[in-house]
Amino acid sequence: MLSFIVFFPLLGIAIIALLPRERERYSRWVAAGTAFVVLVAALALFAAFDRGQTGFQFVQRHSWISSDIGHFDIQYLLGVDGLSLAMVVLTALLAQVAVLISWKIELRPKEYFAWLLLMETSLLGVFTALDFLLFFIFWEIELIPMYFLISIWGTGRKVYSAWKYVFFTFFGSAFMLVGLLVLAFAGNTFDIRVLGQMEIRDALLPTQVIFFLLLFGFAIKLPVFPFHTWLPDAHTDAPTAVSVMLAGVLLKMGGYGILRICLTILPDVAREASIWLAAFGVVNILYGALVTLVQTDLKRLIAYSSISHMGYVLVGISGLGLVGLTGAGMQMFTHGVITGLLFVMVGLVYDRAHTRRIGELSGLAHQMPMIAVVMIIAGLASLGLPSMAGFVSEVLVFLGTFGKYGGLTVMAVIGILLTAGYILWMVQRVFLGERLARWEGLGDATAWWERTAMVAMVGVIFLIGIYPAVLADVIETGVQPIVGRLA
Amino acid sequence: MDELASVDRLGPELILLAFAGIIVLTDLVVQRRWLVVGSSLLAVAGSLLWAGTLVARDMRGTAFDGMLVVDNFSLFFNFLFAGIAAVVILVSIDYGGRFSRYQGEYYALILVSAAGMMLLAGTVDLIAIFVALELTSISLYILVGFLKDERSSEAGLKYLLLGALSAAVTLYGMALLFGLSGSTSLADIGKAVAAANDDTRAALVMAMVFLAAGLGFKMAVVPFQMWVPDVYQGAPTPITAYLSVGSKAAGFAVVMRIFFEALGDRYISDDWSNMFAAIAAISMTVGNVVAISQTNIKRMLGYSSIAQAGYLLVGLAAISAAEGGFSLGASGVIFFLGTYAFTNLGAFIAVIAISNRINSDEIGDYAGMFRRAPLLALGLTLCLISLTGIPLTAGFFAKVYIFNAAVQSHLVWLVIVGVLNSVVSAYYYLRVVLQMFLEAPPSEERVSAGPSLGLAMAIASAGILFIGVLPFPLLEVSETAARVFGS
Repeated sequence: MLSFIVFFPLLGIAIIALLPRERERYSRWVAAGTAFVVLVAALALFAAFDRGQTGFQFVQRHSWISSDIGHFDIQYLLGVDGLSLAMVVLTALLAQVAVLISWKIELRPKEYFAWLLLMETSLLGVFTALDFLLFFIFWEIELIPMYFLISIWGTGRKVYSAWKYVFFTFFGSAFMLVGLLVLAFAGNTFDIRVLGQMEIRDALLPTQVIFFLLLFGFAIKLPVFPFHTWLPDAHTDAPTAVSVMLAGVLLKMGGYGILRICLTILPDVAREASIWLAAFGVVNILYGALVTLVQTDLKRLIAYSSISHMGYVLVGISGLGLVGLTGAGMQMFTHGVITGLLFVMVGLVYDRAHTRRIGELSGLAHQMPMIAVVMIIAGLASLGLPSMAGFVSEVLVFLGTFGKYGGLTVMAVIGILLTAGYILWMVQRVFLGERLARWEGLGDATAWWERTAMVAMVGVIFLIGIYPAVLADVIETGVQPIVGRLA
Repeated sequence: MDELASVDRLGPELILLAFAGIIVLTDLVVQRRWLVVGSSLLAVAGSLLWAGTLVARDMRGTAFDGMLVVDNFSLFFNFLFAGIAAVVILVSIDYGGRFSRYQGEYYALILVSAAGMMLLAGTVDLIAIFVALELTSISLYILVGFLKDERSSEAGLKYLLLGALSAAVTLYGMALLFGLSGSTSLADIGKAVAAANDDTRAALVMAMVFLAAGLGFKMAVVPFQMWVPDVYQGAPTPITAYLSVGSKAAGFAVVMRIFFEALGDRYISDDWSNMFAAIAAISMTVGNVVAISQTNIKRMLGYSSIAQAGYLLVGLAAISAAEGGFSLGASGVIFFLGTYAFTNLGAFIAVIAISNRINSDEIGDYAGMFRRAPLLALGLTLCLISLTGIPLTAGFFAKVYIFNAAVQSHLVWLVIVGVLNSVVSAYYYLRVVLQMFLEAPPSEERVSAGPSLGLAMAIASAGILFIGVLPFPLLEVSETAARVFGS
């Protein structure tokens, strides 16, 4: 079942590759169909998941590489717990949305959709791999589609941004590889489940150093200040669908890695380091929010707000308790949907107005009421309005951390105020305000693919906002063993 | 009877040499290109077959009074060099138009040097090693200068002069070893080294340094790499490919033989392990950093091959104190050489096919190659990704496996240098990819590879992907070969 979900997009790629050049426009249907099958399968998995049970389910295991000289035994090992299941569903949902909002791609559509599907496979692989090296392989594969997607289909300084993205990630993963090898040598296995039950104290490097090496790779991805500078460039210059995937799913690889690897395998160090995680989280929140306030480009604004929101994930993790970690997991999911939707909306506005400069846009609610309403919903969810998804996760994060680092949590709450500031200000400038003659000819979102994407995401935002248990219960089963290790 | 078995064990090399003689002689009478190419391919096939029957008949053992040995290690290199020679012959067919007069000699020399390389892996006596070394080198000197234009002649002369110098240095090291032990047999020298004391230590260290310096020329590692860029650029491109893969592999094979068997005692092995670790770090760094600024693809691949030799040296430095002796690092080197043969040959095949059409080796002229030659561009991309070490290519497992061996030998610092170098190398490898995919082509004229080049490219690409997904067959073979040094 898991292998089917992870590798089904490859089938789509094969079909796309076989399409003759004159039919290349059909590739979008193939991609949409593939993403839909994966989404249905992921939802089925979500339904079939046993919520009363912690630990990994649907485990698939085969020996892949075995070597007796080099102690280099790698397994093909997939499985999901509550945390990874949430990420799988998120990936499947956003991949479907990404395909839909790419409907009008005219430039080399075959390659475009093939890369998009390859990215989906690699992301699903990251979230389901339970062998450390397999995890790393999926982690690295994701670079190639991103590199091409940004540098070919992007806008602005796209080549520069693609390079920057690849180098930051590659740099981080280089250190991760060192940490991984040292850890695997100490534990004599690459199996994350086994490593997660060991007490690793003696290794070639001090465990603190290993923790840092691994964390470095994840921190660049999340991103943590001061390693965040790739993010605004990559998000701004990427095509809309890729921005959705970047903000929606790829950043979560970092948070997921910290939870799954750093906290689970090296809980002792995690306890010592939690104050730093909290401090960096607060810096992320405040710095990100302050920089967001002064942005003049709509897409850059959303990009910086992502940095701020990822700070909540770090703060939640630093609580090291059940509530905080659940909050962090929830925040990863809800931010994925909310920011994904924000990027979709920005993309729709840009498609029509051909500018993203906030100063030039005004009163767009007159011309595109539907886009305006959905944008406001997404914005309100982003600033944490109750009854919407963002509220639940932020409350959990603050509750989980307040008892441990009260002062820092209070500072983090200031971030909410700043978020409200920049979101409302942006909505006011772009959608409300004076009606401009320049934008008279613009139409609303009318195409079926635009509406499907919007409705699906708005639906998820309200569902989680009103009935959070549907997701929180699942994530809780996932973080429970991690909390048990940390206790 | 004993002589007959000896000749039998020398069979793979003898076939090549015999065919080389026949080709030169018949070429005097009938000058048909297909005949020359056909018979040289036949020679390689015969050599492969013979080596195959040696395995099947279990003919492992020594020959010619302990001069030569047939073991899993030498058999591995028999297959490797035969395969490399076959590919070099295939890719020379289209290139051969540039020197129509001496077809027979060209292919005969390739066969002779292949025989020399096989002997280098199989000989266990200093005299025989030196003869094999000269057999390989002298035929390569001629081949490098084969184009007879200014650059090629300069390259040939440069290679000859530096080669002669390094042969002298090697010989000096051998003389010291002979003086210390009174024997030219590696096994006897090994015993003498084990019995060495502090009086003879200085001479032993000198012998070790001289041997490493002389053979470092063959391996093309810093600081014995001066010849590489000029020779790589000037030589006929198939010969450049041959040098970068075959000659380098032969260098590593003979270094493993000498250092593991003759200088394997702990009394001296820690010294050369440290020395190789230092050279590895320098080679990787110098090769990668200088490659960045290259504009000619042959020069770039030249510097890249210096860097790759650095990664290989990591395996030589990785001698484990604990168990298995030298087999841990050796299997890393052998596996890396196997993958490197596919990867680097593939890259050169693409370069040959492209430069046959556009008559240029400048990276700038590769602009838009994906439009002009989609399959070639994809193949070259695959090779470059494999050289970078991104997963699902052979190069990834080669690097991870060799780094894993280094970690197990407690060389974490060297691994850190290695992974950082991978990040640097991504820049210049991916830059070529970018050129091919992103830039506008100067003309729309299609670039196509001939059938022989296409076949060679297909073999290389299939090999890279196969090892990248299912590395264990080659890994198992490498470990079997490496166990020769296990005891």
